[in-house]
Amino acid sequence: MKRILTIIPLLMALLFSSTAAYAAGAHEEKEESLDVKEVIFHHLGDGYGWEVPFSHVYRIPLPVIVRAEDGKWFCFSSGKLSMVTVTEDEATGKKHEELTPVIHTEERDGKKYYFYIPHLTQHKTKVVQLIPEAQADADADATIAGSHPHEVADASQIEVAGKEFEIYRPFDISITKNVLALFIAAVLVTLMVMSVVRYYKRKGLKAPRKGMGFMEMLIDFIYTGVIKSSLGAKANKFAPYLLTCFFFILTMNLLGLIVIFPGGANLTGNIAITLVLAVATFIITNVLGTKHYWKEIFWPDVPLFLKFPLPIMQMIEVFGIFTKPAALCVRLFANMMGGHMIVITLTLLIFIFAAFGAAALGASVVVSVLFTIFMLLLDVLVSFIQAYVFTLLSALFISAAQESGHHHKDGEGHDEPAAIEA
Amino acid sequence: MELFTPDFGLVFWMFVAFILLFLALAKWGWPVILKNMDQRADTIDKGVEYAQQAKQQLDNAREEARKYMEEAQARQAEMLRDVAKMRTQMIEEAKKQASEESAKMIEAAKVSIEQSRKEAELQFRNEVSKFSIEIAEKMVRTQMKDDAAQVKLVDKLLDEIEKN
Repeated sequence: MKRILTIIPLLMALLFSSTAAYAAGAHEEKEESLDVKEVIFHHLGDGYGWEVPFSHVYRIPLPVIVRAEDGKWFCFSSGKLSMVTVTEDEATGKKHEELTPVIHTEERDGKKYYFYIPHLTQHKTKVVQLIPEAQADADADATIAGSHPHEVADASQIEVAGKEFEIYRPFDISITKNVLALFIAAVLVTLMVMSVVRYYKRKGLKAPRKGMGFMEMLIDFIYTGVIKSSLGAKANKFAPYLLTCFFFILTMNLLGLIVIFPGGANLTGNIAITLVLAVATFIITNVLGTKHYWKEIFWPDVPLFLKFPLPIMQMIEVFGIFTKPAALCVRLFANMMGGHMIVITLTLLIFIFAAFGAAALGASVVVSVLFTIFMLLLDVLVSFIQAYVFTLLSALFISAAQESGHHHKDGEGHDEPAAIEA
Repeated sequence: MELFTPDFGLVFWMFVAFILLFLALAKWGWPVILKNMDQRADTIDKGVEYAQQAKQQLDNAREEARKYMEEAQARQAEMLRDVAKMRTQMIEEAKKQASEESAKMIEAAKVSIEQSRKEAELQFRNEVSKFSIEIAEKMVRTQMKDDAAQVKLVDKLLDEIEKN
């Protein structure tokens, strides 16, 4: 407990400093106005490189994997898409580092491909391919690589060295920050689970202690408390999926709260992640659903006028099939993203109040650090609760689709979770 | 709004990572853990049951031992009582026998005393009769010193015989 108490302020300090560094960068760039929205969205979103702590320009480069317009695959380091330029202030002699996007050129079969991360035009912050209007122009001009494009907000074209380029968003399966964080989380979960398995292999039926005991306690908590109690005899069939879900979500949630390298990616606050998880629950629920479940949807036990001439109930039920996983997806996403957003906003308060002078700055530092710590602690709780709720609701949806007998009085399975919604 | 539009690359990798994680854990992870936890729970249950049984047995044994002890004590007490009873009985008996014996002896003594008294009486009578005969003889001798007295006596005796 004492260790946790020391770690959290430390993490806080790290978050604080990295945000501070970033915000300071943004501050200087735009002179007086701090672009709060951009800072928040940068922290919530994905990126092609992973921020290095205490630096707002350097990134750990990650592989970019894209499929160009003509179907050729390209894989290169994300470090080639940006450049750190150092400018020295004449008056103060202070060095100022800045991260600027550059065009990366790949040559394949005599043809040049240009890749770039736009910041204002369409598909901003995503890798795009720049296709010259006239192929001859591009081939002739070898200086494109080094030059800075002229961007116009929300445009579909870009101007480089006086030439117009079409923006094409390639098929992009890059190992971005979130993807790497995803892999780290998956590896961590595997290690955690396998360490318990290895313990069992080595020590037989002896009860594990400490960390592994905690792991086992969590497994037992989910297995007996959630899976077994809602699925009963079929618990073992669905336990692997639900347990994987719980531990994966929990690990991703908690990793997201750690500010420096192995963590810091806002994974479960990204709708793509929760979408896949929700779709998995949707598929398992409906593909393995029993006849009784489908009968309840297409011919439920309600007065005939509700289902015969006009299929009112059927429409509601079919709609329900989709809304249930959608709610799962959005709940996890919104909770985690909200938590991250609040923490970042609270931290940014310092920079917003800094404009009002030293007194306001001092007061806001104290208040926002205290609130941030409180929010982060709350987020630790929320991380657990959301992982638990996702697993619980998935288990309930699956168990509702596993009904087989005529004890259909509790068939209103989709009303039950609504009450639990946090 | 980019926050609300899922990025295809991330969806793709999430799908791959999740499927791989799920398959790996479903094959090598969870079943082993769940089975092991189940087995351990069973073992613990069995252990508890065994312990309860053992306790039951121990209690039974203790109860039995107590019963045996009590029985033994009871028997001991009974034996002691028996012994005491026997002792008193024996003493009683001995006393009785002794008194009987003494009574017999007294009886015998009485008999022998009686006998000896009778013998003594008889002897005494014989002595007395001997003495009296001697006395009578002496008296007769002294009285019959003269013939006249003798004749008188004979007469008298003859009279007596005649009378008879």
